[in-house]
Amino acid sequence: MIAAIAFYLFAAVLIASAVMVVTSRNPVHSVLFLILAFFNAAALFLLAGAEFLAMILVIVYVGAVAVLFLFVVMMLDVDFSAVREGFQRYAPIGGAVGLVLFAELIFVFGSWTFADDAAGLRLNPMMPGADNTREIGRILYTDYVWLFQLSGLILLVAMIGAIVLTLRNKPVAKRQDIGKQVSRMGSVNLRQVRSGAGLAELGIERPPVDAPPAPKQVEHHGGGHH
Amino acid sequence: MDAFLATPLGVLALTVAQTMALLVPLLLGVAYLTWAERKVLGAMQMRKGPNVVGIFGLLQPFADALKMLMKETIIPSGASRTLFIMAPMVTFILAMLGWAVIPVNDGWAIADINVGILYLFAISSLGVYGIIIAGWASNSKYAFLGALRSAAQMVSYEVSMGFVIVTVLLCVGSLNLTEIVRAQENMWFMFPLFPMFIIMFISALAETNRAPFDLPEGESELVAGFFVEYSSMSFALFFLGEYANMILMSALITILFLGGWYGPFGLLPALGPLWFILKICFCLFVFVWVRATFPRYRYDQLMRLGWKVFLPFSLVWLVLTAFVLKIFGWLPGGV
Repeated sequence: MIAAIAFYLFAAVLIASAVMVVTSRNPVHSVLFLILAFFNAAALFLLAGAEFLAMILVIVYVGAVAVLFLFVVMMLDVDFSAVREGFQRYAPIGGAVGLVLFAELIFVFGSWTFADDAAGLRLNPMMPGADNTREIGRILYTDYVWLFQLSGLILLVAMIGAIVLTLRNKPVAKRQDIGKQVSRMGSVNLRQVRSGAGLAELGIERPPVDAPPAPKQVEHHGGGHH
Repeated sequence: MDAFLATPLGVLALTVAQTMALLVPLLLGVAYLTWAERKVLGAMQMRKGPNVVGIFGLLQPFADALKMLMKETIIPSGASRTLFIMAPMVTFILAMLGWAVIPVNDGWAIADINVGILYLFAISSLGVYGIIIAGWASNSKYAFLGALRSAAQMVSYEVSMGFVIVTVLLCVGSLNLTEIVRAQENMWFMFPLFPMFIIMFISALAETNRAPFDLPEGESELVAGFFVEYSSMSFALFFLGEYANMILMSALITILFLGGWYGPFGLLPALGPLWFILKICFCLFVFVWVRATFPRYRYDQLMRLGWKVFLPFSLVWLVLTAFVLKIFGWLPGGV
């Protein structure tokens, strides 16, 4: 009973915030609604007994990805009226693509059949004595370890690609080279100076000094600072 | 009585009572942490610190709270009102939320969940939102710069913190906080994993935006950073949230490395919660000590430390730990 109420509550907020992501006028508000949607999805995972997935969703998406999203959206001052300009013109194409995707989903759902034992599993998604973290770990790292490693490798290649594409090593760009700084010699010297010797005697040039400016007449106001 | 506690209402009442039993001492602790910090800083700088309100200045936190309450809440024109008011609440609530899973003694956690450490990590990584939202909603360039700094800083240090936590988890074999402490009954993880303990502590400093990593506030260049525009209670919530976060991080370090409720050498096991509090106090003292000792980092040095020093080091140490555990057959679960 309580679980059902919680499910409908979280699901309703999830859908509402997903709609708000698309319809908000302000991009920052959109991202914040996206975060709310992530939270509610995590809550739904919790209700389904998948606490590990729920926490990972919050850590990865809310704690890291959405922060960077927000970071970028705040930094770029996106003019959304300009983005919306072609809305009327492109609406039919967008609608058509959406319709195709929707039809595909319906086909998939129509041909969906449950395995014979699935009904029993659905009623009791957690096997007795099974720990959801341990089971996910076993599937990912024992049963499908090569596929998992392969996907990691693909991500690594993508990351290196992104770095290569954005790496700029222009000679004009000024950047700090700590090694160069530390090994730098000659600009600042220590000299052994005879005590009492003036700079002129040592041959160190100084800019000519004008006559010292006359001391300013200090005006005295009534009352004052002591 | 037992029959009542089994009903939904009874469960609710019990949970509320447990929460109160945790939150009231916690809030008092937060109030007195502000006092203790000023006293300790005063002693380190050869001053007296607060000593006028009450004996030893003990009533100073309440005087401060009263002063904050009396002030006017100012919302700048051009600020995003809802978000502006929401931000300090988010900071404060998140600082309280993490405590739901903290085991103060064996079995004394309000929610003893299986993925406790992940929950704590998630909550601590959410702390950045209060700051970002505050910085953006204030519609002020200082606040905004503070928020941007904090976003990059907290995301960077979470990575190395994650590796530290994984290393500890390798030695424990469970994500449950109670199990993590129980695994340290004979040997606190601080000793075999000492470098990770140091990394964890420094990352905790960065994660709570404390000196020497308090660049989001950076009063010398950003006035007060992300909370420049805040006044009155909304400012106080940020302030208290920062201190509550410090206590939460200290509790996390205590659980991961300092053996939670276990006394040193198995001394006085009956005093579990007291040991726990003492260890938290020790961590908090070091927090303040660091603040009194070190100057603020430059921003690029901060990023360099996070990404080029801590990240590779903790990664190597993680792999090393895994090797050692495997070779000596110390892996939990006897794999």
